[in-house]
Amino acid sequence: MVDPLLRVPQPTAAELAAEGVSVRFQGLAALSEVNLTLLRGEIVGLIGPNGAGKTTLINCLTGFQRPTTGRVALAREDTAGWNPARFRKAGVARTFQAGRLFRDMTVAENVEVTGVGLGLDRKSAHSVAMEVLDWLGIADKAARTAGTLDYTDERRVGIARALVLPPAFILMDEPAAGMSDSEGEDLVGLVTSIPTKFGCGVLIIEHNMRVIMNVSHRLYVLDGGRTVAQGTPAEVQANPAVISAYLGADV
Amino acid sequence: MINLAQNLIDALSLGSLYALVALGIGLLFSILRLINLAHGDFITVGAFALIVPSMEVTAQLAIGALNPVLLIPSIALIVVIVALMTDWAVFRPLRRAPQPSMMIASFAVSYIIQNGLIMIYGARPKNVNLWPALTGQLSIGPLRIATLQIVTIVVTLVLMAGLALFLKRTSYGIQMRAAAEDFRMARYLGVRGNLVIGMAFGISGALASAVSLLFLSQTGSLETGLGVPLALFGLVAVVIGGMGSLVGAVVGGFLVGFIVTLLQAYLPPDLRSFRDAFAFTFVIAILLWRPAGLIRAKAFDQRV
Repeated sequence: MVDPLLRVPQPTAAELAAEGVSVRFQGLAALSEVNLTLLRGEIVGLIGPNGAGKTTLINCLTGFQRPTTGRVALAREDTAGWNPARFRKAGVARTFQAGRLFRDMTVAENVEVTGVGLGLDRKSAHSVAMEVLDWLGIADKAARTAGTLDYTDERRVGIARALVLPPAFILMDEPAAGMSDSEGEDLVGLVTSIPTKFGCGVLIIEHNMRVIMNVSHRLYVLDGGRTVAQGTPAEVQANPAVISAYLGADV
Repeated sequence: MINLAQNLIDALSLGSLYALVALGIGLLFSILRLINLAHGDFITVGAFALIVPSMEVTAQLAIGALNPVLLIPSIALIVVIVALMTDWAVFRPLRRAPQPSMMIASFAVSYIIQNGLIMIYGARPKNVNLWPALTGQLSIGPLRIATLQIVTIVVTLVLMAGLALFLKRTSYGIQMRAAAEDFRMARYLGVRGNLVIGMAFGISGALASAVSLLFLSQTGSLETGLGVPLALFGLVAVVIGGMGSLVGAVVGGFLVGFIVTLLQAYLPPDLRSFRDAFAFTFVIAILLWRPAGLIRAKAFDQRV
């Protein structure tokens, strides 16, 4: 029997990049000339104070926001004119700050529908969904209606949905926001194993400095829509611009 | 006691018809946010498709004379095609239009269909005797039940169970449910918008065709406004059941059937001709009690 997964084209892109991306909302600059590269297999942290443009950047990288100037390239190919669904099909998945689950459907169905949307039949979509839910530790809640989940589990279902048919890249917008410190650390602990388990590159926005410095291979620091620093956690922590613009404020 | 049982069966049978109409309207609303005022006219088209097109007052059965095994799918197919063509010609170009514009467009479709039927078949009502075998009665103990009522109830239950299974078990079904809850999110996850909308129109048309056959068998009278009151009561059922919830549509359909039948049975005789005024008073009372309908779709809480 042919593995049903093989009938669905697997994403092959090895690099997702923002190249000189600027976004202006009615003259207000949300992002200015931002460059960012995400490779498969690495975890990249995206940090910066509120309003720095982090979510806007993720929106650009996933097709939810069109750059005013500059471009987003997937495997060096220009993605101008792509809609979010095309990004998803090409292997760029994301999670949302608000869970945005289908609240009247079960947890399993929420994840299954992604597999079906990407071309799996119902049965394979179900087994793929259960596998991911199991990995995230919520397989026992598969039959629950999504609208009855607590906040932490809602987040996990959102991540499961993004991990179905392993994408090439997963972009996570504050997956641990609103969780207690220990819940957040549990979740981010799972995130660290995503590259080896699913083979994707991870871009993650996270406010807990200790956590993000621990999990990230590299970091980008945004402030006021500009990249103020980038590099390894050690480099970023030593960067005077970061200390004054960001870390200096609350550490 | 026997009287009460008789009234309950009348109520179930009428409620079944309203529930089928409400499901057809509710399904399109849940996916497209379209209040389809032409749904009643889909029902009318299904009834007229049974006879030879002509202005003659005496109707001649064409498809209506076929064996039910051929008749039912033929009528279903015709109504499904009309529904899909309506989507293609009218609603697809209006996909990004605001909800009131779509509703007015459906109102226009309703008039176009009715006037088109008048042009082809004439405006005078015609008598059609579809399936005379079903006009008999079954005796269960002291109860005498019209065969057609049993058929109506059974067909409705089968169609509802079929639809529920379809929505729950198939890949199309899960995509339709996702689209009904959050159309944009579903599209992002790869659900094809036009496909699920087309499926909704198709299923809505198929449900309408079942109502065409059941209703015409009961009344025997074919006229171009046949579906209009059905659509009105179906729409009321959708609203009191809770817009966006298919379970709500079914509950609302049965509830409207019960209210109308029981008023008909128990109002004092001189008030019976004002039955609908009393029925709609109940509707207002239900809406005052639960403005969002009896069953509220969770998806709607979130979107506000």
